[in-house]
Amino acid sequence: MKTEKISTDVLIIGGGTAGCYAALTISENSDKKVLICEKAHIKRSGCLAAGVNALNAYIVEGRKPQDYVDYAKKDADGIVREDLLLTMSEKLNEVTDRLEKLGLVILKDENGKYVTRGNRNLKINGENIKPILADAVEKAKNVTVLNRINIFDYSVKDNKINGAFGFGIESGIFYTIEAKAVIIATGGAAGLYKPNNPGFSRHKMWYPPFNTGAGYAMGIRAGAEMTTFEMRFIALRCKDTIAPTGTLAQGVGAKQINSLGEVYETKYGLTTSERVYGTVNENQEGRGPCYLRTEGITAEQDESLLKAYLNMAPSQTIKWIESGRNPSQQNVEIEGTEPYIVGGHTASGYWVDTDRATTIDGLFAGGDVAGGCPQKYVTGALAEGEIAGLSAVKYIDSKESFEKISDEDTNSHLKETEKYLTDRHSLYTTEQLEEAMQTVMDSYAGGIKTNYRFNEKQLDIADYKIRQLETLTDDLYAEDFQELMYIYELKERLTVCKSVIAHLRARKETRWHSFAENLDYPEKDDKNFNKYVNSRLENGEIKIIIRDLVTGGEKYEHSN
Amino acid sequence: MSIVIDKSKCIGCKKCRNVCPGSLIKTDENGKAYIKYPKDCWGCTSCIKECPAYAISFFLGSDIGGMGSKVHTEKNGDILSWLIEKPQGEVIKIDINQKESNKY
Repeated sequence: MKTEKISTDVLIIGGGTAGCYAALTISENSDKKVLICEKAHIKRSGCLAAGVNALNAYIVEGRKPQDYVDYAKKDADGIVREDLLLTMSEKLNEVTDRLEKLGLVILKDENGKYVTRGNRNLKINGENIKPILADAVEKAKNVTVLNRINIFDYSVKDNKINGAFGFGIESGIFYTIEAKAVIIATGGAAGLYKPNNPGFSRHKMWYPPFNTGAGYAMGIRAGAEMTTFEMRFIALRCKDTIAPTGTLAQGVGAKQINSLGEVYETKYGLTTSERVYGTVNENQEGRGPCYLRTEGITAEQDESLLKAYLNMAPSQTIKWIESGRNPSQQNVEIEGTEPYIVGGHTASGYWVDTDRATTIDGLFAGGDVAGGCPQKYVTGALAEGEIAGLSAVKYIDSKESFEKISDEDTNSHLKETEKYLTDRHSLYTTEQLEEAMQTVMDSYAGGIKTNYRFNEKQLDIADYKIRQLETLTDDLYAEDFQELMYIYELKERLTVCKSVIAHLRARKETRWHSFAENLDYPEKDDKNFNKYVNSRLENGEIKIIIRDLVTGGEKYEHSN
Repeated sequence: MSIVIDKSKCIGCKKCRNVCPGSLIKTDENGKAYIKYPKDCWGCTSCIKECPAYAISFFLGSDIGGMGSKVHTEKNGDILSWLIEKPQGEVIKIDINQKESNKY
């Protein structure tokens, strides 16, 4: 295999929303060299590939950043880091202005003021939001982008990061990348659980199917402390197309109704998890299917919705057109998705301080991979990218010397990748093992099959079976570098699955219906679990760490 | 969820291959694009918007209720047109001005 060694000041792993913005920030505020490694191409990679039609995190006139903190805290029933939410919220409007200057179209009234949707949202034309960001990155000084490079492991020595290892999925080159600081911005994890439509349309999921939890897995393996993996995110989405529902619910005020036409959302509560739970329950009790009531909206709303969805989730518009009936003529059926792990919506991810420093020296995290700070959406991911970027610069300036990656570390990683490309004795394919993993998680770790519910006995089985599957990955064979990436993605998902199972087991209560509904402990237990469930890998075992909440005015700092 | 690429229209510019967030599009020995992993398509339509030859169409899988329509886009200045061709040949065109925001 051809090998290459690259040195940079800051390595950014993942060129999505947070990663691109971190690069822009560093470029504008320092003379540090930045390298973005992106496994696809930054023009359309990450969550924003198809576009987005609202900015859901903005502080509207008359509101304060603290209001956003309070909203996110309430939605997560307390399990958030207020210090992280506040530092993010304080930047939401600044990054929005920046996006507009870069070319994003935001709806304004006749006085030039943003038109808001509720207390936190702006309406936009975000079809091209990712090309806009990518374009700015391409023009930024001192920033190099390497597309189609899959980073699969950190180089960490004595809890200090010195860079990472990767390979070009088209070039076939093995890369050793030395960096003084690393920003992880790989997003969350989809594909752990069996998806809504596991056949031909298995990847028609809401969260990007290419976000495999790489950042979580690399952190877990390197011994980083992680938080709140048990707060899974299950999205309430349009049936089949798995398209977002916010434009219907908030945009045209469509209520959740059951098949009898009854509005049921008020019966269960309006938090994100309660909306999912209510839908599951209505179905279970024989009042399904459930819908968003769009019948009766105006023709103008119809037309606007068709366009809004083309700018974000085009399959939903095609669905309306193919059926020959607009949303005003038929309610939109809704269902819950398979569970995702995504720190931009719930609080799963790296345990970080307000600088977005992880517990690994020199490693910073932003966006969906960073924990403790839910409801980030697009602007929150940008804000965290900015904070992580500035922190990485400050970190480098505070250090005098940096370690090199040892040849021994490089060689062991190189040898591992070469093994997958040469040994051909596996009975199973990567795809088969992925399916097996999804079936295990679906059946025993609270997937769609069990209405997201689980008990401890089931989790034990899930853990046992996931570990068994993990042993089978050693023998997998890759025909080319793309297949090699698929092997690593499977291994990443299995690593994340083990942590999710351990976290689900550790929170012995049910605080959030559906997101973490433990049938052995069906009630909320504030006495013991109004706390964070964190974990760290120690000697190959997942050690659970229960930490007290960081609440109003407090600021958490890493102490060891 | 997937796409079909009409090889007779493909001009081999590789723009679709370049932009696919799943690296699912490859080119054959004649330089023509094809989707190597159709089941892994997310349905983001990035490739469709890139294609200058309108050679790529997007469709809904039958498992999620697809009825055989094929979709492509054409861009003229600020107008992004979506053309949805139903199996019977009827074409529905939706024009979106990219300088205009979503209203809802």
